[in-house]
Amino acid sequence: MGDNGHDSDTVTLTIDGLEVTVPKGTTILQAAEALGNRIPHYCYHPGLSAPAQCRLCLVEVEGAPKLAPSCVTDAQDGQVVHTESESAKGMRQGVLEFYLANHPLDCPICDQSGECKLQDYVFEEGRKHGRSREPKRVFGRDDFGGDVLFYGDRCVMCTRCVRFMDEMAQDPRLTVVERGNRSIIDTFFEEGVEGSPYSGNIVDICPVGALVSKDFLHKARAWDLDHTPSICPNCSQGCNIDLHTRDNLVQRLKPRPNLDVNEYWMCDYGRHRYEWMNRGDRIEVPLVRRDDGHEATDWPGVLEPLLESLREGKGPVRAVASPFVSNEALAALASLVEALGGGEIVFRSARADTEIPLPGFPKLTRRHDLVPNRRGAEILGMTRVGSDDGSSGLDELADHRGTLLVLGDELADLGPDFGARASLYLYLGSHPTPAATAADFVLPITTHAEEEGTFTNYEGRVQRFWPALQGPGAARPAWLPLSLLAARMEGTRSPSRVDEAFLRAGELAPEFRGLAYESIGTRGALVNEPAVLPEG
Amino acid sequence: MAYPYTHERETRVISRGFGEPEARTLDGWKALGGYQGLKKALEMGRAEVIDVVKASGLRGRGGAGFPTGVKWSFMPQEKQGPHYLLCNADESEPGTFKDRELMRWTPHQVIEGCLIAAYAIQAEHVYIYCRGEFFETNQVIARAVEEAYEAGLAGEDILGSGVTIDVTVHQGAGAYICGEETALMESVEGRRGLPRVKPPFPAAVGVFGKPSTINNVETLCAVPHIVVHGGEWYRQWGTDESPGTKLFCVSGHVRRKGNFELPMGFPLEDLLYDVCGGFEKGRKLKAVIPGGSSVPFMTAEDCKDCSLSYEGVVEKGSMLGCASVMVMDDRTNIVKQVRRTVDFFAHESCGQCTPCREGTTWLSRILLRIERGKGTEEDLDTLVDLGRQMTGTTICVLSDSAAAPVISSIEKFRDDYLALIRRGEAVGTA
Ligand SMILES: Cc1cc2nc3c(=O)[nH]c(=O)nc-3n(C[C@H](O)[C@H](O)[C@H](O)COP(=O)(O)O)c2cc1C
Ligand code: SF4
Ligand code: SF4
Ligand code: SF4
Repeated sequence: MGDNGHDSDTVTLTIDGLEVTVPKGTTILQAAEALGNRIPHYCYHPGLSAPAQCRLCLVEVEGAPKLAPSCVTDAQDGQVVHTESESAKGMRQGVLEFYLANHPLDCPICDQSGECKLQDYVFEEGRKHGRSREPKRVFGRDDFGGDVLFYGDRCVMCTRCVRFMDEMAQDPRLTVVERGNRSIIDTFFEEGVEGSPYSGNIVDICPVGALVSKDFLHKARAWDLDHTPSICPNCSQGCNIDLHTRDNLVQRLKPRPNLDVNEYWMCDYGRHRYEWMNRGDRIEVPLVRRDDGHEATDWPGVLEPLLESLREGKGPVRAVASPFVSNEALAALASLVEALGGGEIVFRSARADTEIPLPGFPKLTRRHDLVPNRRGAEILGMTRVGSDDGSSGLDELADHRGTLLVLGDELADLGPDFGARASLYLYLGSHPTPAATAADFVLPITTHAEEEGTFTNYEGRVQRFWPALQGPGAARPAWLPLSLLAARMEGTRSPSRVDEAFLRAGELAPEFRGLAYESIGTRGALVNEPAVLPEG
Repeated sequence: MAYPYTHERETRVISRGFGEPEARTLDGWKALGGYQGLKKALEMGRAEVIDVVKASGLRGRGGAGFPTGVKWSFMPQEKQGPHYLLCNADESEPGTFKDRELMRWTPHQVIEGCLIAAYAIQAEHVYIYCRGEFFETNQVIARAVEEAYEAGLAGEDILGSGVTIDVTVHQGAGAYICGEETALMESVEGRRGLPRVKPPFPAAVGVFGKPSTINNVETLCAVPHIVVHGGEWYRQWGTDESPGTKLFCVSGHVRRKGNFELPMGFPLEDLLYDVCGGFEKGRKLKAVIPGGSSVPFMTAEDCKDCSLSYEGVVEKGSMLGCASVMVMDDRTNIVKQVRRTVDFFAHESCGQCTPCREGTTWLSRILLRIERGKGTEEDLDTLVDLGRQMTGTTICVLSDSAAAPVISSIEKFRDDYLALIRRGEAVGTA
């Protein structure tokens, strides 16, 4: 605080009559955003440099001779800014009309329609009728390689894509060729962005339908999609994402900003591995073993006999977990094992030889571990076994003669003999597998896309995800039956909500202690003592 | 009479060597008094050089007319790292052909001006950014730089003063926009010639991110003379606000076209009718573009009593720019002339800013439609409105430049447009 009572590191200005105080060096555009006023823009993107070239964000600053580009003009003490004055609005209307002069307006067949910044801005502030009667420039379509298709006529020349490749991917594959109205985005070589591991992001940041995803091409209309905040399950980075769903199917993944984890980005490896969430072959109802195979039943029909068997005590407990299940499910499994007298819990997880950092924000890296919750499993005392492709390591367990619990691992490398010698074999899974043939009880569980819960990423950040899909049949989040069984064994109350289930993790491991769903929020929260990182 | 044509009313200070083959060599140039300014400047000291140039009132000849001494004084006094001087020799404005002649005939005058300016602003390196299509000129200036190095006038320890100034000739690749000061810097750095957002201004962050000053060839050519003879001497010509002499590049429908060095404030009509010999028999003045294709049109009426100074031309509704006087007689099809000018800007727009990228071609297409007799009166309103939206809204002023002739021609030659719109008849054929 200075003598005059003003913090010298901040400035106070007025935007459209509202006063706002922001740190020095904040741009007018960002200051307006702090007031909830989103000044239209194309070329500015918070994760990239600002070339101030689209000229949409021009605002009136009292005393300045010309309108100022708010994306590069620093907020100053005492500045009086108008974003809605006649000159600022008139300017935006004019610029929007310029954009339309050559725009094909093929919204009916454009994938961006419904989430397009040109549609939005023109709808909000454009002229009722465009005045252009001239023939339009035609560029046509180009395959940019990888998942990216380029519709040149729709491009608004914001150069975000070029700057992403230059600044973030640091793999300059795109450029502007020609100049003036002949300017067009192009690739340097035939392969375009093919093989550049973060190139999918250029589709996300393209404000219009100029860059579209081949995978998503004509698959769904933007307004038919539901967006659910989630966590990418394809590596231990835990990028914040949205699952875009329609007809109870995941249609695509999109990064969700989290400056501590993935900024605005995600990798292509993760982005394109969602089809398994849509698998139709599911375990839909609880199954109990009869002499001639499994018989379908309902939850009471399975839980009572299961509890009975557990109470009888069927020998030493061994368990297999999956690093694809939530902290809550893992904690519930650990509780149950404890209630049964304790025993080793192992898990298997695939590991890549290499990491794939995003050079412009290297904290975002496609990690070695190709699973979302290895850290959570380890914090809860589980041991990784098997090889780096996520298989083997269970030979001994396959012949275990006591109580055998399996949670979430599809056991794809194992056959129908797995667990055949166990005195009690309980399998909780989402997908039918031969390795569950010998199970005495099979419980249908939801995937992370169908339930609420948390994962713990590589650095010990606990992050929440929300249900985007309706789980099939009687499938339930795994923590629910597991903690019920544990509670019944111990005569305690079973958690009925996922946040209560999470608190159970804190009872088991000090790292989780003190964390609560509210404090995790949408940003995630670091576990206690996160100092020891797993190998790599 | 030498150099294609010279007139007794000219005052030849910087064009003194035009038409003299010896002036192109170092020895010939020295015989004409060359490099005396450099010698004197090194003896005077930097501050005094800047003071003399300030006193002379010399204004930038690249178009904007910014006082040169003041511009130099914006450079940091305390050096934190390298400083650069950029000599803008990209001359590409339609109708402009003065810098080319200065470089072809008096390359050492350009180099001497560069060295003095570099010394004054503490630059250790000069880039002469020469328009790509000027093949001969590039060779001449490069050869002269070699000569200067050989004679110890450039490079290390210039004339035993301990001052080191290197000179590099950089050949452009043929883009008009690279004449814009910050696009030129991008180009020198090896990138696409895209104008930069200002601030920061070049004196703070210029080429290679270092403090830089950029001056036009003609501006720099005046400097050695001012240093030798003093600021007051330079002020014997011109007006208070526009001191000195200036090269006027006259083109179009006058009998004698070419470069004429005249004192500022020279009457436009005297230039047209006396120096340039007036029009062909039976022809009369229709319009003048006084400062290169980016300034507003003047009618014959506007030309009356117009003083060719920065302020005199502004008084008549246009701008002196780089003093490229394009003269049109009554044969001229103004609409076509405007359309061709706009086509030039559309072709040369770098394409960053939306109003310029989209606006220039849009204007051109409307104008072409009008030219073909398919226009409407509404189109004229649209043209003016689009022109206004292109003015003051972009990173550099190319956009404004494209709009200026459109807006001013519709204002001043509306009848020419209406003849095409209403009757499909062009006024004028040329
Ligand atoms: C589009 C555009 C093109 C320009 N082209 C030139 C040019 O070819 N030569 C030049 O000297 N100045 C040109 N200028 C002006 C320069 O930006 C700059 O003002 C000038 O070089 C400064 O030198 P001066 O102060 O000596 O006039 C151009 C400006 C614009 C906006
Ligand atoms: S393709 Fe999209 S992101 Fe790239 S410049 Fe065009 S509009 Fe911008
Ligand atoms: S880096 Fe990992 S978490 Fe992020 S998108 Fe890629 S696979 Fe998913
Ligand atoms: S006004 Fe035109 S030429 Fe100048 S920076 Fe903008 S687009 Fe480029």
